[in-house]
Amino acid sequence: MPSNLPEVIGMQPNQFNVDVANKLKVVSLVSVGKHPQSGRMRRADQDSRAVELGLKLTGDNHSGESLTVLHAGDPSEPSLRSYAGMGLKSVRVLQLDPAADAILPLGQHLQQCGADIVLTGVRAESGESSGMVPYQLAEKLGWPIVPRVADIVSVKGGVAEVLQALPRGQRRSVMVRLPFIASVDSAAPEARQSAFGPASRALMDIEVVSASVDDVRQAWEEAAARKRPKRLKVVKAKTAAERFKAATAKSQGDGGKVMKNESAAEQAQAIFDLLKEEGVLR
Amino acid sequence: MSFEWLHPLLIATALVLAVIGAVRRVNLWRAGKPDRINLIAGLMAMPGRYLHDLHDIVERDKYMSKTHAATGGGFVLSALLIILVHLLGIDNQILAWALLAALALMFVGALFVFKRRLNPPSRISKGPWMRLPKSLLAFAGAFFVLTLPAAGVLPEGSGGVLLTVILTVLIIWGMGELFFGMTWGGPMKHAFAGALHLAFHRRQERFGGGRSTGLKPVDLSLAKEIGGVLGVAKPTDFKWNQLLGFDACVQCGKCEAMCPAFAAGQPLNPKKLIQDMVVGLAGGTDANYAGSPYPGKEVGNAKGGPDHIITDGLIDPETLWSCTTCRACVEECPMMIEHVDAIVDMRRYLTMERGKTPNKGAEVLDNIIATDNPNGYAPASRTNWAADQNLPLMRDVKQAEVLFWVSDGAFDMRSQRILRAFVKLLKAASVDFAVLGDEELDSGDVARRLGDDATFQSLAKRNLEVLSQYKFSKIVTTDPHAYHCLRNEYSDFGSDALDGVEVLHHTTFLNQLVQLGRLKLNNFSGAKVTYHDPCYLGRYNGEYEAPRELLRSMGIEIAEMERSGFRSRCCGGGGGAPITDIPGERRIADMRMEDASSTGAELVAVGCQQCTAMLEGVVEPRPEVKDIAEILMDQLVDPSVENPRQDRLAEEVH
Repeated sequence: MPSNLPEVIGMQPNQFNVDVANKLKVVSLVSVGKHPQSGRMRRADQDSRAVELGLKLTGDNHSGESLTVLHAGDPSEPSLRSYAGMGLKSVRVLQLDPAADAILPLGQHLQQCGADIVLTGVRAESGESSGMVPYQLAEKLGWPIVPRVADIVSVKGGVAEVLQALPRGQRRSVMVRLPFIASVDSAAPEARQSAFGPASRALMDIEVVSASVDDVRQAWEEAAARKRPKRLKVVKAKTAAERFKAATAKSQGDGGKVMKNESAAEQAQAIFDLLKEEGVLR
Repeated sequence: MSFEWLHPLLIATALVLAVIGAVRRVNLWRAGKPDRINLIAGLMAMPGRYLHDLHDIVERDKYMSKTHAATGGGFVLSALLIILVHLLGIDNQILAWALLAALALMFVGALFVFKRRLNPPSRISKGPWMRLPKSLLAFAGAFFVLTLPAAGVLPEGSGGVLLTVILTVLIIWGMGELFFGMTWGGPMKHAFAGALHLAFHRRQERFGGGRSTGLKPVDLSLAKEIGGVLGVAKPTDFKWNQLLGFDACVQCGKCEAMCPAFAAGQPLNPKKLIQDMVVGLAGGTDANYAGSPYPGKEVGNAKGGPDHIITDGLIDPETLWSCTTCRACVEECPMMIEHVDAIVDMRRYLTMERGKTPNKGAEVLDNIIATDNPNGYAPASRTNWAADQNLPLMRDVKQAEVLFWVSDGAFDMRSQRILRAFVKLLKAASVDFAVLGDEELDSGDVARRLGDDATFQSLAKRNLEVLSQYKFSKIVTTDPHAYHCLRNEYSDFGSDALDGVEVLHHTTFLNQLVQLGRLKLNNFSGAKVTYHDPCYLGRYNGEYEAPRELLRSMGIEIAEMERSGFRSRCCGGGGGAPITDIPGERRIADMRMEDASSTGAELVAVGCQQCTAMLEGVVEPRPEVKDIAEILMDQLVDPSVENPRQDRLAEEVH
């Protein structure tokens, strides 16, 4: 659907500016994270960046008045409190059976609460970790999705200017109409410290919901991920500068082309052709 | 003299005003939180504490201790006798002569105070304090003349109106400073607050030489109470006796002269900090403060009150985070004020309520929470350093004579060299020891000093839980910070895991082994050696001798630094200071290395991995840095060479 595709504009972001801030309703979706070394439950890194971005959008001074931090799952999970430790008064929890599929109740809740911007991590640190939640929610709600954002620069007149994170520190500025869903990349500003006092004090605002059991997942078996074998890269660099380049450079990627001056119809056709070629559309 | 009725009236007025001021001041202290103190026992013990504990500290400066004894002793005696002779009008020549003697003593003392103030060192506060010697002289002089008739030296009623007027002015001035000023906030306040501070000190055990910190575990249930605050946000969140302690400060600046952060140009001055606390408890600004500022910060902008949040306007959080918790100020303070505990109390609020631990603080705390070590390494890799050491695990052996507490040095390659050296020594002495392996967690030292007491408590309780499963009679560790936590701070958690267990630093234990002849050492033939006292071993735990004895047992003559023993300068690595990393003009470690270099030593012997890391971080050329365990290992007489069966023999003897 070309009308929902983000529109590419200039690369220089303006100063952050929200002219509808008092009305803006941001929802940050959070999951239960897992520490990569200890496997201990914690606040997920990207999800907490989504909360941080939400706090920035709604203004720190309002103690997150129009920011809702939402989790679907077990409200007694202690790691949820470490999100609250970032200075939240409450965390909204849709209490679900662990085996249930969270998409439907989440979608319903988002629709009902009138969210303007929904922030998620790119992928969860535990569970399926498929990174599909933002996409499935976008599909369900019919909202645009902006993957891997590094920042939301401004929200003006129902349109947000969003910076997407690209490899090697590059950014792409896109304009997107509210409401939309964005997944927050690890390039987004780091989450603030979680403090024990506010974390213990926060209210767990629980709503019991029911949802169908995720049958597909029931059949899965969970195992620790193993690192895939990787071909060793032989660096033939002679100078330090070459070695540095070899260590940091990423391939630009073959193929693909930048279409800036062509007409919208031509651009749409090119995308359509590519999707067909890749077998996405049949 | 004329107006016979005037002076008793003046004395009575001054005393009444002093009593009113005292009640007012006491109420300021009472705004603090309650603390369980036996008031009667404290008051009874106070004179002893003054004459013994406090005087021992003042005695380090002979000039000042004699001056103070004359002035203070003379004043206390005179004040009592003035009440008898002049207020109650007891006509007794002996009393009058005694009063004259006391006043003379005080006068002579005050002259010496005056002399010191002629060219005062930068550390002492000026302002009203410059007035004090003159006030003392006025008081002593005027009452001396006033007492002469009572002693029969001068006839009653001698002197004219002029003399009476002059005497009256001097007496009003003197009593204004010494009676009225004592309780209304003048320099003499130190006598009133100081005496009560000694009686009701927050760390009563301190006076028997007890080792502790005033860092009692935070009541974490406060987090869930309405209006509950973790740590100290406002002056009234301190315990009342802490507020009293701040009020006892004499602004002598001995703390300032010793503070490594102050010397490094970081924005901390312990004296100013305590004075800011006084501003906080009484309300007002620091405009009247007449001492050195926090380096790089102007005086006069700080504002506070009993119910104002301290870090919003009174004290910059950077000041609190500059402290290395080395306790040089606490050790030096003649009024026995506890600066470090107060700083950590305020850090607790910043970390646990505000979530504002600066720089790497948040990351380190997150790592400790998630992995039980500050760098976020996999908990299961804690024993990787000893893969080739074949160490007995407590999990397998269940009991051993010695539990070797490895500490987080296990994750650091430099510290691992110390650990290996120590293991080699243990094996050479055939010590029956075991380690906890992956069951050991961070001791919680860094978390606690960074103000995260919730995490400290969690670690302490889990460590104690593990310890309680095994039997051992000694815990030995190469890390003075873990040593301090295990020895002094774990006892607050009601566990019997450490009952009857001796907690030792490795230098103490190794010294015992050497004295028992279980370690044979060659003489050290290297160059000049100096020894750096780690703060948490020395000032926190009083162990100055064992490391030195160990060095001497290798024939080393220690070239002592100017600041050594209880005056040792911190390496800059304590209290999470390298983590919060507040900028200054110099690095503390560089200054310490200069201390070491100036002895001409080519080797600095150290007993702490943190000190090793900090001192080795100083750019070369500089003396080499080695832990005492490493030096010992190099001098070890290899038992396998000299006597292949020595190992087993030692075991049989043992």
